[in-house]
Amino acid sequence: MTTSTRGAAKAPAVLVLEDGRIFRGRAYGAVGETFGEAVFSTGMTGYQETLTDPSYHRQVVVMTAPHVGNTGVNDEDPESGQIWVAGYVVRDPARLPSNWRSRRSLDDELVKQGVVGISGIDTRALTRHLRERGAMRVGIFSGEAWKGVRDEALLARVKEAPQMQGANLSAEVATKETYVVPAIGPDGEAVPLGTAKFTVAAVDLGIKGMTPRRMAERGIEVHVLPATATAEDVYAVNPDGVFFSNGPGDPATADGPVAVMRAVLERRTPLFGICFGNQILGRALGFGTYKLKYGHRGINQPVQDRTTGKVEVTAHNHGFAVDAPLDKVSETPFGRAEVSHVCLNDQVVEGLQLLDQPAFSVQYHPEAAAGPHDAAYLFDRFVSLMEAERA
Amino acid sequence: MPKRTDIQSVLVIGSGPIVIGQAAEFDYSGTQACRILKAEGLRVILVNSNPATIMTDPEIADATYVEPITPEFVEKIIAKERPDALLPTLGGQTALNTAISMHEQGVLEKYGVELIGANVEAINKGEDRDLFKGVVAAVKEKIGYGESARSVICHTMDDVIKGVDELGGYPVVVRPSFTMGGAGSGFAHDEEELRRIAGQGLTLSPTTEVLLEESILGWKEYELELMRDKNDNVVVVCSIENFDPMGVHTGDSITVAPSMTLTDREYQRLRDIGIAIIREVGVDTGGCNIQFAINPDDGRVIVIEMNPRVSRSSALASKATGFPIAKIAAKLAIGYTLDEVPNDITEKTPASFEPTLDYVVVKAPRFAFEKFPSADSTLTTTMKSVGEAMAIGRNFTEALQKALRSLEKKGSQFDFTGPVGSKDVLLEEAKRPTDGRINTVMYAIRAGATQEEVFEYTKIDPWFVDQLFLIKEIADDLAAAEKLNPELLAEAKRHGFSDAQIADIRGLREDVVREVRHALGVRPVYKTVDTCAAEFAAKTPYFYSSYDEESEVAPRTKPAVIILGSGPNRIGQGIEFDYSCVHASFALSDAGYETVMVNCNPETVSTDYDTSDRLYFEPLTLEDVLEIVHAETLAGPVAGVVVQLGGQTPLGLSQALKDNGVPVVGTPPEAIHAAEDRGAFGQVLAEAGLPAPKHGTATTFEGAKAIADEIGYPVLVRPSYVLGGRGMEIVYDEERLASYIAESTEISPTRPVLVDRFLDDAIEIDVDALYDGTELYLGGVMEHIEEAGIHSGDSACALPPITLGGFDIKRLRASTEAIAKGVGVRGLINIQFAMAGDILYVLEANPRASRTVPFTSKATAVPLAKAAARISLGATVAELRAEGMLPKEGDGGTLPLDAPISVKEAVMPWSRFRDVHGRGVDTVLGPEMRSTGEVMGIDSVFGTAYAKSQAGAYGPLPTKGRAFISVANRDKRTMIFPARELVAHGFELMATSGTAEVLRRNGINATVVRKLSEGEGPNGEKTIVQLIHDGEVDLIVNTPYGTGGRLDGYEIRTAAVARSVPCLTTVQALAAAVQGIDALNRGDVGVRSLQEHAEHLTAARD
Repeated sequence: MTTSTRGAAKAPAVLVLEDGRIFRGRAYGAVGETFGEAVFSTGMTGYQETLTDPSYHRQVVVMTAPHVGNTGVNDEDPESGQIWVAGYVVRDPARLPSNWRSRRSLDDELVKQGVVGISGIDTRALTRHLRERGAMRVGIFSGEAWKGVRDEALLARVKEAPQMQGANLSAEVATKETYVVPAIGPDGEAVPLGTAKFTVAAVDLGIKGMTPRRMAERGIEVHVLPATATAEDVYAVNPDGVFFSNGPGDPATADGPVAVMRAVLERRTPLFGICFGNQILGRALGFGTYKLKYGHRGINQPVQDRTTGKVEVTAHNHGFAVDAPLDKVSETPFGRAEVSHVCLNDQVVEGLQLLDQPAFSVQYHPEAAAGPHDAAYLFDRFVSLMEAERA
Repeated sequence: MPKRTDIQSVLVIGSGPIVIGQAAEFDYSGTQACRILKAEGLRVILVNSNPATIMTDPEIADATYVEPITPEFVEKIIAKERPDALLPTLGGQTALNTAISMHEQGVLEKYGVELIGANVEAINKGEDRDLFKGVVAAVKEKIGYGESARSVICHTMDDVIKGVDELGGYPVVVRPSFTMGGAGSGFAHDEEELRRIAGQGLTLSPTTEVLLEESILGWKEYELELMRDKNDNVVVVCSIENFDPMGVHTGDSITVAPSMTLTDREYQRLRDIGIAIIREVGVDTGGCNIQFAINPDDGRVIVIEMNPRVSRSSALASKATGFPIAKIAAKLAIGYTLDEVPNDITEKTPASFEPTLDYVVVKAPRFAFEKFPSADSTLTTTMKSVGEAMAIGRNFTEALQKALRSLEKKGSQFDFTGPVGSKDVLLEEAKRPTDGRINTVMYAIRAGATQEEVFEYTKIDPWFVDQLFLIKEIADDLAAAEKLNPELLAEAKRHGFSDAQIADIRGLREDVVREVRHALGVRPVYKTVDTCAAEFAAKTPYFYSSYDEESEVAPRTKPAVIILGSGPNRIGQGIEFDYSCVHASFALSDAGYETVMVNCNPETVSTDYDTSDRLYFEPLTLEDVLEIVHAETLAGPVAGVVVQLGGQTPLGLSQALKDNGVPVVGTPPEAIHAAEDRGAFGQVLAEAGLPAPKHGTATTFEGAKAIADEIGYPVLVRPSYVLGGRGMEIVYDEERLASYIAESTEISPTRPVLVDRFLDDAIEIDVDALYDGTELYLGGVMEHIEEAGIHSGDSACALPPITLGGFDIKRLRASTEAIAKGVGVRGLINIQFAMAGDILYVLEANPRASRTVPFTSKATAVPLAKAAARISLGATVAELRAEGMLPKEGDGGTLPLDAPISVKEAVMPWSRFRDVHGRGVDTVLGPEMRSTGEVMGIDSVFGTAYAKSQAGAYGPLPTKGRAFISVANRDKRTMIFPARELVAHGFELMATSGTAEVLRRNGINATVVRKLSEGEGPNGEKTIVQLIHDGEVDLIVNTPYGTGGRLDGYEIRTAAVARSVPCLTTVQALAAAVQGIDALNRGDVGVRSLQEHAEHLTAARD
């Protein structure tokens, strides 16, 4: 029944889930076909940040907020150089963007970057479906890819698409070359390279732009290294601390980064990880990881810092989680470790810390973008670790 | 950390009578809080003077004091109950102010009562303009953004001219310091205007000081609702964006949740500022609301103000998100933290999160300017709306159109077929914010205005403007289409078009469109408000309709009763009807039914998701109700639809529902017709042998004159088919009759004017009764204090009647029974009688729950609305007596002699309105209802009860001082005795020459004061109006003259409102006031809880 979005006068489009459920709507963004893992994101703001978050690589993102594109597209808010989502599902795309920073419409941007989307479908029904059945493969088809093709044939193609479980994707999204984000001085200007208070080697597994920026604001010069960086590469920048970023794919496949992490832990260099980085720390410590039924994707998740008891409202984007015991301190090859943060909605592990050496990580996104700034203190904590090490 | 163990009892202060700006939302929040505290095992003591509230139901608190919310009375309650703590943040400004003043007077300290939920310092920091500026500055210092509007203080015109440059140019706001009610302030757009306004301002200001402030008119306006617990966990419950830009009070704006036109960066900035402010202010636990303005050109953020308490916006935010702010605020106040409180809707996740919405909520205000024709209809920063409707849709257009039709007001929905007129004129008109400006904008769009033009004139955000264009384009498509195909129809419904709108555009009947739509299978689905955008399963069936794919209504086995609510509050249909609906829901749930509530008013208890088994937040139009009935019929058996408790709104749907095969329970539509149609009702009266005042109907002046000549002046004239006495007037002569008919726009051949004999000097009586087809239960008999001719809703009344005897009650009972039987009532009926001489006239009958049901129920300790709901579904009075819901024997007509006397007093909104010249509007009572709310005074004797009702409504009656008396000729005789009493109580009397002469001839000394028309005396003697303004008068008695000579009275009465001096406009009220003053002067006026009163009554009955 919900079949159109006025004004766009867009071609018909169809969304096919691997379990056979079909939603019919209108094309949004580029016309064509796309495949990926269907996931839903419950943030009401921040679509630009979501679209450009490398962690969404190979995922078709369903927006639960009905109106998307209202503030258009600006040049400041993207989290990376391109849109990474494999496909985009919205209910009511804006016909006219309105914001003093807007440069162009989201629809145009999606077309420009060749992102296939669909609009005008019952996104809540789709979300409920994913909640009950779990994240699964999906295809969106419009134009030639759709015309005259039977639903069964579309479904067969969806089933041919690769699964997220077992996917090793970091290298596909991370930088190929090392680059440096200079520290920002108290005057708001970049500090000349080599003169910053701290230097951090950040292993890019799909890093978001805001992460090095949050560090830079705290006087850190950030050397962003490719996902394939070795321990030698890391120590070549003579870091005060090492950081492992967020990123797409199954942590079970990230053997390379896990090995680098272990090397860092051996040398007891201050270490901080976010999201994928948290899962890698988990693996480095000997914990397992597992796929959540439908993941955490949104900017309203209550996470409790177990040391202070305080609750922070946080940004999440993760489909996998670390399997570590909540009720006790674990012995690991690198000393005692404990779960530092937990999601109050479902008791999922949201953070790890070592008790005998300077290393911690969180599963969620203290850099926010999009999302609340409640957890920004974690960057300060990283700075404190480096300060303590230096002292 | 769990709940505190050092608090065993809590005093909760309610918000008192419904007034503009402080309405039913505080009943909702207070009820939630009391229930929670009680469930936590605390003894809950409640004070609220408003009987029409659920919170004052005796079951809600342990001790319920329907007493005035003044420091004096609250202290008496504290002295008696000795609570451990006082929770002041759930009863609006009234509760907060009372608590602060008791703190300042040392009362709380004296009795060892701890203020919880807020501390005095935080309240002051939040509420005091200057302190709050300091808070905002401190926040900027800490986090780098957020600021107050820039301002400069000026003492000379040179300062003023220089100041403009400092502020960055025109326009600027000029605010003279220390003038009353913001007198002399205004906007200056250029130097000429500035010199004029600031010049006047410097003169007006006693300190020759004006504040020049940068103008933020036309900026985007936002609100955030935040909560904080004692561990400093803070969550933002909801963001709200105003459709109307800065300049219109948020209560008068169309508002949207969540915010629609902010990027994440901008939103998070507001969030950061909000959190920093709540910390800086020091709100320990509970909710607060912060308002922001954003410059649409560069995003500069200005913090406007905060409310350190639960507010109207919190109620809206609670309904919009499913996050019950008041309930959680109460839990936090007694020591819980957010993560310890579960989210009711998911049951599995905690409240320490931020709700996320997968729908759009639109709130639209409901105004009553038609009741105050002389008031300036421009919307400003002073709130003027009397109610609001909220609607939920899956997109903005759907929610907006649903909200507009929920307002249930002619012309509130977009019209696509009427004539449009000139674009330029319309745009110019749309510049000025008014009730219905959005419709003017739509007309301008239809007249060819561009998006840019609409923005230029109105500053409504371009995204919203585009949405209006979208709606208009669909209307065009609907008009142009050859036929209504399923795609087009679905598209139109998806954007909120009603069947009636589509019918209008297509030149069809509404029912035809509905038939076509159903035939094409285009029907709404029902989605759930779940706080989490479907991330977790919702346990609470809180639904809204949308034209989408999947419905979430679950099947059920128990039979359902659908209760139709009363829609937005308005004058004449307010919280009292919500009270009855809520009671029905409770009673029917107890009786084993699944209760389904339908309503669109976010300020109510009925729209709380845990009041009924299922809640549909939907407009109360025929279309929307039929679809709900359809959906519920698919879900399981439907026992019936209750229409008689929500006022005229659902009652008006009764016949159409029945025609569509819906089982309407209770009084059948035919019976409703028999009571409402004049001819049919005349027949009922004739058959019962009951007299009605002589009357006739006419469509021309000649016709009306002939009727008036026959029955004699004065006559009561009114248009037919109106509510709340709209346009009703007492006409004393032919001349006025002619002008009335010439002025009235509502009279036409199909809408005749009704001319009734006006019963001068009659006593008006209101009766509420239950009838089951065989037995009558007389709920209560109320005797009006004002004479006939004043709308029953505006008149004070006493129960039991104070001057009627057993014989009169007998006659009233017999007449009520005859009418109930003749009409065919099954449930509640309200009848208005007038006793003139010895004749009991029947004025009108309403076969539904009346405005007075909650008052009657509380005064007699009998739940009438609950009983009515049960009777609707087949129970008999005898059965209900046996069950104990009704007394075993006797009824409201046979109250024991020592039963308490309850007085209901109406509360008027005069002070809210100004005419275009900025002067107050007149305060004379008349046949047209204008009160917004009511209070109840209860005590063992009339005088004390009346004094309490006045204290609750307007502030305490004076017990000494100066009284000014000026009455119309017809009142001069009756004035003498009460005037003498005033003197006996030590009052010094002042009077105008005519009244003074009469008083002196009767041996009562009175100083003659000058009328306004006489001007100041040669030796500087002040006029009465000056005396009032100077605070030299403590009590005013001023009855209006029938015609002519009104101006003086007008000035006196508006001055009284401005200075908050008690002003009595009838001699009956004076007589009652004298009894009240007598009671106060005799000394100790006590307090007694409803539970104690009820115990006493029940003991007397048994």
